[in-house]
This record gives sequence, C-alpha cells and structure tokens, in this order.
Amino acid sequence: MFKRIMVPVDLAHSDKLDRALTCAADLALRYDATVVYTAVTAATPGKVAHSPKEFAAKLDAFAAEQAGRFGIQAESKMLVSHDPSVDLDPTLLEAIEDEGADLVVMASHVPNVTDYIWASNGATIARKAKITVMLVR
Amino acid sequence: MADSTTNQGIPEPEGVSQVIETDYEIGQDNIETQIGPFGLDIHNPVFLISGIGIVAFVFYTLALPEQAGAMFSWSFDVVTKTFDWFFIASANIFVLFCLLLIVLPVGNVRIGGADATPDYTYLGWFAMLFAAGMGIGLMFYGVSEPMSHFSSALGGTASEGGVRTDWAPLGAAGGNEAEAIRLGFAATIFHWGLHPWAIYAVVALALALFSYNKGLPLTIRSAFYPLLGDRVWGWPGHIIDTLAVLATLFGLATSLGFGATQANAGLNELFGIPVGPTTEVILISAITAVALVSVLRGLDGGVKLLSEINMGLAALLLLFVLFVGPTLAILTGFVDYLVAYLQYLPALSNPIGREDVNYSQGWTAFYWAWWISWSPFVGMFIARVSRGRSVREFVICVLLIPSLVCVLWMSVFGGVAVQQVVQDGYTAAQDAPLELKLFKMLDQLPLAGITSFIGIVLVIVFFITSSDSGSLVIDTITAGGKVDAPVPQRVFWCIFEGAVAIVLLLSAGGLASLQSMVISTGLPFTVVLLVMCFAIWKGLLAERRAR
Repeated sequence: MFKRIMVPVDLAHSDKLDRALTCAADLALRYDATVVYTAVTAATPGKVAHSPKEFAAKLDAFAAEQAGRFGIQAESKMLVSHDPSVDLDPTLLEAIEDEGADLVVMASHVPNVTDYIWASNGATIARKAKITVMLVR
Repeated sequence: MADSTTNQGIPEPEGVSQVIETDYEIGQDNIETQIGPFGLDIHNPVFLISGIGIVAFVFYTLALPEQAGAMFSWSFDVVTKTFDWFFIASANIFVLFCLLLIVLPVGNVRIGGADATPDYTYLGWFAMLFAAGMGIGLMFYGVSEPMSHFSSALGGTASEGGVRTDWAPLGAAGGNEAEAIRLGFAATIFHWGLHPWAIYAVVALALALFSYNKGLPLTIRSAFYPLLGDRVWGWPGHIIDTLAVLATLFGLATSLGFGATQANAGLNELFGIPVGPTTEVILISAITAVALVSVLRGLDGGVKLLSEINMGLAALLLLFVLFVGPTLAILTGFVDYLVAYLQYLPALSNPIGREDVNYSQGWTAFYWAWWISWSPFVGMFIARVSRGRSVREFVICVLLIPSLVCVLWMSVFGGVAVQQVVQDGYTAAQDAPLELKLFKMLDQLPLAGITSFIGIVLVIVFFITSSDSGSLVIDTITAGGKVDAPVPQRVFWCIFEGAVAIVLLLSAGGLASLQSMVISTGLPFTVVLLVMCFAIWKGLLAERRAR
C-alpha cells in the first residue's frame, strides 16, 4: 500500500517524536516500505549542528539508529532553507514530490487557539500535500 | 534513544575551514517556554533585558521629557565634539582595512568554507544589502545634502575668536561657484561613499566569518571570541548583544518616525493630506503592518521580494531624473564629482587639526556615529545573506559597488537640484525644509505628480525593508543566534518597533532625543568595530593555515 514513508523530524526536539517514530516504523514493517527521515535546517550554525554538512551527518546517524532499532529500511534527506521558521512547510512539500513519498507520518500537537492564526506544520502539510498524511498527536 | 542534539566536537562547514572548538552549544542558554498559546525560544537574559530596557527607556523619555532631552543633547555634544577625531580616524582604518582585504591573499578565503556556493544571485543579494543599508537616507539627503554643502561652500568662511562659525567643508570656496559645486559634492559623497560601506563590511564580514566558517552562533558576540574566548558566552557577551538590540530597535524606531514625517510632507504636497500626528501614526501603523506581512512571509518570500521591488522602483526614478534632467551635464558631473571626491578625500578624512569644526563635527562625526550605530543591524543582515562569497568578492561588492551607486545617486538628484539653482535660478528646493527638498526638485521636471508619488512610495518601501530586516536581526540576536525561532517572536519585535516609534513621535522632542541616543551608541560600537578588524584578521589567517 505504501512504498516510501516520509517522516519529518526536528532533531532539536527528537525526544518529542517517539510516538510518530514508532508509528512510522510499524507501518513500514507492515507494508515493507522505506522510511525517509527528513529534516530542514538553515545554513547558519544552529542548536543541532554548525553547518549543513554536519547536520546531514547527524541526520544520517539518526536514520541509521532508527533502522537498527526497528529493523526497517531507512534513508535520510536534509533540506537547507534560508528561513526555516517560515519556509519549513513549502520546503517539506517540495521534498515530498522530489522523494516520491506516498505517505507522510509526522508528529504534531493538539490544536490550540494559535492554530487559528498559525496552523501547525502538520496541519499545513495535511492540507496541501497530495498524498496521505498521518498526524500523530 | 541517543540524544542527537549533543554537540559532538568538531563541526565542519563545506570544504576546508578552520573551525573554532568550543563546548558552547547554540541555544543552550535559551528558554523554551509557552506563554499562553505562544511557544517561545528566547535567549536568557538578552531577550528579557532588551525588552525591559526598551520599555524603561520609553517610559523615562515620556515621564521626564525635559530632563531626558537635556541628557540626550549633552551626550550628543560630548560624542560628536570630544570624540570627532576618534570617529574619523577609526572610519579611515576601516576603509584601509577593507581595501587591504581586496589586494591581500587572504581575500581568497570563502565564507562558508572552501566549497560553499552562494545562496543568492548577485541581483537579489545586492538588492537586499542596499535596501537594508542605505535606503531612506538616499531619499532624505539625496537632494538636500549636496545643496547644503554647495551653499555653505559658496558662502565662504567666517570666524569668531579664531573659531570657524560657518558650516562649509574644508577651506570653503567663497564666491567660486564651479569649485563650490565640486567641493559640495565631494563633501557629500564622502559621507555616502567608501566610509559607511567599509563600516558595514567590517561588521558583516566578522559575523559571516565567525558564523559560517567558525561555527559560532550568528550574533554580535561571536566576533569577540578571539579576544574573550569562552567568556563571550557569559556577561560580556550578554552586554554586547543587548547593546546591539537596543541600537537596532532605537535606530529603526527613529527612522520610522522620520520616514513618516517625510512621507507625510510628500502626501501633503501632493494630495493636501494634513500634516500632523494623526497621519503619521496611521503611516507608521500601515508601514508596520506591511513589514509584518513581509516578516511572516520570511526572508525569501518577503524581505528579498520587497528589496527587489524597491531596487526596481529606485532605478526607475533614477533613470527618469537622469534622462529628463540635463543628462549630459549630470553625466559629466558624475565623473567630475568622483574626481573631486578622490582629490578632497585626504583632506576630508584628516582626523586632527581641522578648522572646519562645524562640518567635521556636525556632519562627518555625526554621520560616522550614525552609520556605526546602524552597523550591528545592517552588518548582521548582510552577513546572513552572504554565504558562499569569497572575502575579496564580498568586500568589492559591499564596499566599491554600493559606493559608486551612491555617487551616481547623489550626482543625479543633487546634480539636478544644483543645476536648477545655478542655471535656472529656481530656488524652491534650496529654500524648502529638509523633508520637502526632493519633492520641490521633482516639481520642476515633467510628470511631477507621478514621480513625486513614486518618491513617496519609495520612502515608504525603504522603511518597510529596513523594518522587516531589522525585525529578523533583533529576533535572531534575542534568540541566541538561532534563525529558526518561533514566528510569533519576530512578529513581537516588528510590532514593538512600530509602537516605540509611535509613542516617541507623539511625545514632545521624543524622536530628536532618541536620535541623540542612537548617535551615542555609536561610540562604544566604534570600539567594537576596531576589535572586529582584529578578529577578522586572526580568523582569516587561521582559515589560510587550514588549507
């Protein structure tokens, strides 16, 4: 049913991702799909890494760790954005097309009052992506 | 699950680069919290001190306007009169330093590591650095400054008790009209040419180098790492960053106030819209609202787009004035003024024993302090968009090309206005108040209604591009160098800027005293910039050794 599952991850808050990661891995095992762990970074030094290259290495390690932990096929995909606070959603949507993903599994929060003004990233992806999106709350 | 956020030793930019090893993790001092429905990620204590400092300052200016006014004009006098030599000498050092970087082998070092590729095209890059760096001043002073220096130079010198009381630059050119024009333009270009751009280039290069090549956070304090080591993550760094935030916010608020004044004057001239606080408050609110949309759309979708629109409009107006004005006279003037600039440059940049005290203190020292107080903001913004350029390319594009564009701008706008006085005896632009001179000059050209309207739009768009890039810069500094802080934070700073401008505009003398305050912050920042030159030098040498 699904061949490539994209899982957007925020490496700076990977402690909050566990439910989404487990869920994606279960689906990957069920459908024998590959999980693509995707993350967006700026080119400036940030909390996770000091350069895009270092960021890519960390994301790779993260993907390998998930593969070992769940016994799944995993890949990693790093995207560089000039202004990630704002460009996160469009960048992810482009990556969905580029990677040929057929399912997105991502962590999101329970909608609150700010979601009327700023929709969560998950909500925006679900609204705009052409493929199935599963938000894990 | 392993903690993948831990800083694991030596990070690596693209290609060879000498990275600074430090245990500091970007964002480690940040507070991530939830206030009501808003998620925040702010640096402790820079965000809080800056916010409280600004509120306290505004409150003080409003509660005790007279006392505050006296204090500000005192500090303004001290800064421009006592330290004029220091500003002038330092600015010369920055220019020489930048020129050296162009010719020395260290100019080969690439920002972002040896294999980094530029993030932006030349056009987009240039539009952004120009819109953030000069913008409004060109509209405000393009006509008025050449005019002022020309008139005072023509008037000759006057002195009282051995002290010059006239405002003419250098030895003036009493009665000699042709020479007064040359001196007037040389004296104007001096303030808009190499020196201001060298100031921006130093700050921008320091920040870009220490962030993109050395892996330190994108904040002002990072440039102090070679001097202070790991102490920059403590209080010395907090103070530096807080000062930068205050200078940026007050600088922007002041400009918003002045921009509103000029736009209001233009609207009054054109459509008879009344001049007064109501119109100005509406203007500031509208400018802030558009800037808000721009920061919400981000660096590429908002700031860059607006900067390009801005550049297009400015080029249109420039070409229009060039072609409907006395084209040939303007173009020969451009070459002539450029030669005059180079000819008078040594005398104009001489820091000691100046006789033209009013010009060198009231204009030059004031300008240098002003550019320097803007440099944390403009420099940081330029740094952010300059990854992938070599140091030589960077300095040429930040120093030489904008300088030339400024010379052209001044030659065209000031040139037409001066020609109007000299050839046609039309003195309306000469006699008009500062904020109206541009519109009076345009009045004499065809399609004045349209060009004046474009002029007003340009003033407003220039403000928006300063306001939105400023909000991004303040947001990054107060988030400890993180560029991916939650969006509500930049919204907060953008609105705060507009609010401070409105409050101070409504108070008597608020904006003028604020401007003195901005100038006063130029003094400590001059020291900061000198340290940055040293830091850049050390950093570049280390990059060369890493190859």
